[in-house]
Amino acid sequence: MSDYALTLDRAGEEDRELERATNQVFGFWIYLMSDLVLFAVIFATFAVLCRNYAGGPTGRDLFHLPYVLGETMFLLFSSATCGLAMAAAQSGKKNLVLFALAVTFLLGLGFLSMEAKEFQRMILNGDGPSRSGFLSAFFTLVGTHGAHVCVGLLWMAVTFAQVGLKGLSASVQSRLMRLGMFWHFLDIVWIGVFTTVYLRGVL
Amino acid sequence: MLGKLTLSAIPYHDPIIMGAVLGSVLVAAAVIALITYYGKWTYLWKEWLTSLDHKRIGVMYLILSLVMLLRGLSDAVMMRAQQAVAVGSSQGFLPPWHFDQVFTAHGTIMILFMAMPFVSGLMNIIVPQQIGARDVAFPFLNSLSLWLTVAGALLVMVSLGIGEFSKVGWSGYSPLAEKLYSPGVGVDYWDWSIQIAGIASLMTAINFFVTILRMRAPGMNLMRMPLFSWAIFFTTILMVCSFPVLTVTLAMLSLDRYLGMHFFTNTFGGNIMMYVNLFWMWGHPEVYIVILPSFGIFSEVVATFSSKRLFGYKSLVYATGAITLLSFGVWLHHFFTMGAGPDVNAVFGITTMIIAIPTGVKIFNWLFTMYRGRVRLTVPMYWTLGFMVSFSLGGATGVLMGVPPADFVIHNSVFLVAHFHTMLITGTLFGLIAGYSYWFPKITGFRLNEKWGKRAFFFWLIGFYLAFGPLYLLGLMGMPRRMYHYSNPAWHPWLLVAAGGAALIVIGTFLLIVQLIVSIRERETTRDLTGDPYDGRTLEWSLSSPPPVYNFAQIPIVGDIDAFTDMKEKGLAYTRPVQYHDIEIPKNSGAGYLIGVLTFLMGFALVWDIWWLAASCAAGIVLIVIARSFDDDTHRVITGSQIQGIEDERYRRLEAAR
Amino acid sequence: MRRKGYFVLAGLASVCVAALLGGCAQVVLLDPKGPIGIAERNLILEALGLMMIVVIPVIVMALWFPRKYSASNTKADYAPKWSGSRRLEILIWLVPLAITTVLGYLAWSRSHQLDPYRPIQGAAPVRVQVVAMNWKWLFIYPDQNIAVVNRLVFPSGVPLSFKITSDTVVNSFFIPQLGSQMYAMAGMVGRLHLLADKPGLYYGQSQQFSGNGYAYMRFHARAVSAEQFREWLQKVKRSPNKLDSAMFAQLEKPSVQNPVAYFSSVRQNLFDTIVESFATMSPAAKTVSPLETAKRTPGVH
Repeated sequence: MSDYALTLDRAGEEDRELERATNQVFGFWIYLMSDLVLFAVIFATFAVLCRNYAGGPTGRDLFHLPYVLGETMFLLFSSATCGLAMAAAQSGKKNLVLFALAVTFLLGLGFLSMEAKEFQRMILNGDGPSRSGFLSAFFTLVGTHGAHVCVGLLWMAVTFAQVGLKGLSASVQSRLMRLGMFWHFLDIVWIGVFTTVYLRGVL
Repeated sequence: MLGKLTLSAIPYHDPIIMGAVLGSVLVAAAVIALITYYGKWTYLWKEWLTSLDHKRIGVMYLILSLVMLLRGLSDAVMMRAQQAVAVGSSQGFLPPWHFDQVFTAHGTIMILFMAMPFVSGLMNIIVPQQIGARDVAFPFLNSLSLWLTVAGALLVMVSLGIGEFSKVGWSGYSPLAEKLYSPGVGVDYWDWSIQIAGIASLMTAINFFVTILRMRAPGMNLMRMPLFSWAIFFTTILMVCSFPVLTVTLAMLSLDRYLGMHFFTNTFGGNIMMYVNLFWMWGHPEVYIVILPSFGIFSEVVATFSSKRLFGYKSLVYATGAITLLSFGVWLHHFFTMGAGPDVNAVFGITTMIIAIPTGVKIFNWLFTMYRGRVRLTVPMYWTLGFMVSFSLGGATGVLMGVPPADFVIHNSVFLVAHFHTMLITGTLFGLIAGYSYWFPKITGFRLNEKWGKRAFFFWLIGFYLAFGPLYLLGLMGMPRRMYHYSNPAWHPWLLVAAGGAALIVIGTFLLIVQLIVSIRERETTRDLTGDPYDGRTLEWSLSSPPPVYNFAQIPIVGDIDAFTDMKEKGLAYTRPVQYHDIEIPKNSGAGYLIGVLTFLMGFALVWDIWWLAASCAAGIVLIVIARSFDDDTHRVITGSQIQGIEDERYRRLEAAR
Repeated sequence: MRRKGYFVLAGLASVCVAALLGGCAQVVLLDPKGPIGIAERNLILEALGLMMIVVIPVIVMALWFPRKYSASNTKADYAPKWSGSRRLEILIWLVPLAITTVLGYLAWSRSHQLDPYRPIQGAAPVRVQVVAMNWKWLFIYPDQNIAVVNRLVFPSGVPLSFKITSDTVVNSFFIPQLGSQMYAMAGMVGRLHLLADKPGLYYGQSQQFSGNGYAYMRFHARAVSAEQFREWLQKVKRSPNKLDSAMFAQLEKPSVQNPVAYFSSVRQNLFDTIVESFATMSPAAKTVSPLETAKRTPGVH
């Protein structure tokens, strides 16, 4: 025990950095859990309102499954490239990290623009979020996921710059790791969205 | 340019509001003038506003809490005064639109801007010291949480003079809170202020969860952790799980109000029962978020002032854990009268009663801690004993309302008001004041005046019974809550008594301030030179009062639940290491403060539809966060020799005091 | 401190007792006038009595221990390390558990017995449809085809069967001396069954805050003899006012302290129309949603 205390006190720069990074990853896990609660509540609201069409269109009228499947593919592949970036960062390949991040970013952007286009089409058709309880819940659930992806993209851009400018320093590594967790988390949430909103809505 | 905001938003015509505004502005101006006169702006900025030291942040939370306590209390006084006169033909002095704002503001402020910051303040100051840590896990996030909480509180305060506050009650029930029925800006002020404070609370929770799990001193396994830290640990779990629900609910209400969506409207497929369910899914755990820390404080106070080990430590920990779990399964008892059917009602009624078991166990544990102890009746003990008596009565009324058919007649009556004030005043607030009195020497380095403290306590206790005893009775007389006027003359005498009780509480609060002023003035004679004024049992008492910025020059090794008592008994207390090592502490940062300012402006802009301002504030916040992420130079080092100097001084004073 | 504490408690207790004895008629929940109210009063007293088994010892110990084991009393036992006793621990878990078990049984059985949806046995009930409006109550008697604003008259000794909805925000329909209250929610129908044993004037009110005029959402609820009820019906029938669509639109305008108004006839299916104006934007809007898992939720006809 006392040895441990001494090592704690004498901890060098690197140990402290490591300690801090571990705390950050752990804290970020807790944040993701709270975010999961947030999504769970929105899913629950969607489940409550999902048949409150108020005379408006239903999921069957609105969703084009192949289109959404395309969207999903963008996100799934971006998760794969994001994983590649993480692996590259582990083995210190800076250029590969940059490349993989850039691809991930573009795929994420593709996903987001497809989603925006879907929203635009619905709103222009008069099927916007104020049409019915169902559509309010739909836009909010899908939109909250989209907003998360948007934040993820911004974060990715910043991390890209930091990898470029600072290299794979400990703090950048830690940030990359958390970004990776975030991105995979969003992927998992999207699977939920795809199943409960689109598949259930059409079938 | 300014959205909906025009000069007519300022309620010139109302002398009461304008008086309150003038008073607040004058106090603020006086504070600013004093700071300028003494040339303390640089000191304030460098030592406080930008500080990432958990102890400083904690003190700022406490100040915020005190200010908001005074505001919330004046709202309470206005309600009691109105109901003392507005009977029969008299309309009183508050029209309904004003009375409704007053009770909404009172509830919102007392829960979210008085109790919560008080809890955050004490846990900031004490938890790291109690678990043998030098700081919290994320010092910058901590500062950010503080300034977001302040931003939320400021938004509530601003609503006093610009526009209006919500008129639909602190729980913001829909559809009354929807645009159709509440077209003004009041609900938006309420919504954004608690949205901002809620996000701050979530960040605090994550921060302390990680701090407690990862930064305990060696030897302090979880089952050796002091009860206050345990209570905070469970509180953070409650917060992490429940605050996202509030965030979502408030966001959906905003979407309804701003974008015409239909979550909680009573038309177009909205579901009004969903709001009530969601609100209390957060709201009930929230009750435990503000009461568990007080339970922790009582545990510390009782053990210390009984000079005895806490009775049934494990049982207390398990009981707290059980309360944490169960608190998520009772929310429906807030609306048995919605008509959910006897099966659902009975199930939620029974889960509600089950919570009384661990709560009862805790009270017995504190009682048996005094049993065969040496009880010192200090001010914190007074608050604790006042709590035990009143809380068991309040708990009984709570269980009573957990029986659905009994609730069918007392739901939403002033009986309910009396019940939850018993829990929140004699439970939460008495606990927090006990904690404030208990740890005051640790925070400031000198002790609080006992005589004034006892006077304040008696005014509070008697005032509480006079103010809320009649409300229990009035509830049985059929009086609903939230009435700005009533015609039943039989209620009137009891409401006069309640107003008298409120007056005593005001005097009690005034005496707390007197106590603070007297204590500051006589501080030279009441200095706590040893850092251990009560023969304390936990690690914070092993430090000097106030502790140095790094808390522990050497991280202690813990061998018992009562870590410090154990050290004293083994003769290990106050031992010095051969050599002091460098300690790294976080550098100051103004980023949290700036984000707080921008968030306040953004909230204000959103309330008044000033879109350009809201957008630029949001952009500003994002830019600050990005800039901060580029900064790797966030820590500074205190060298071993500097520490040697500070610690030499500490031990010199310790020797002198002995 | 302790002595003062006793004084406060004793004073409070005597004040309460005096109030209960002296002004029994004013403490309406303890002086109910119908079987539902009586059962609920008894339940309150039983539950409180049960809890006193724990509460009173706690209060006694909380006042007695600090005196007995006061630091100044050096003769008392002192066991600074004594921190656990299996027997005591079992006791302090079991006693609250036992009481909770009894209370839980009470809660379960009485929740079913006193279910507001459960009709009261006896004579054919008087049916009343209740609509909460801004800020007044509309009572429709469908069998008599009349309607009254802000006054409820009914025969004593006959069960009352209420259907409750709202034309605005949530209110709660409550006549304290008769028992249970029930939320009035737009687009949904709540049910409530009450009975007044004796003729008398009872007061009704809204128990859920509903905005500006909430404080005045109170009404006279008068239980009368069968004979008087018939006379009253005839009086209403003589009223020149009819509650047709135009009149209802007039009534929907927010008003505070709306005077009592009688309507000798009511538009057909007015109550259902009000409910459906919120709920029936499409047939799908009425579908049961997952939150409403109870067997009989308001709003599901």
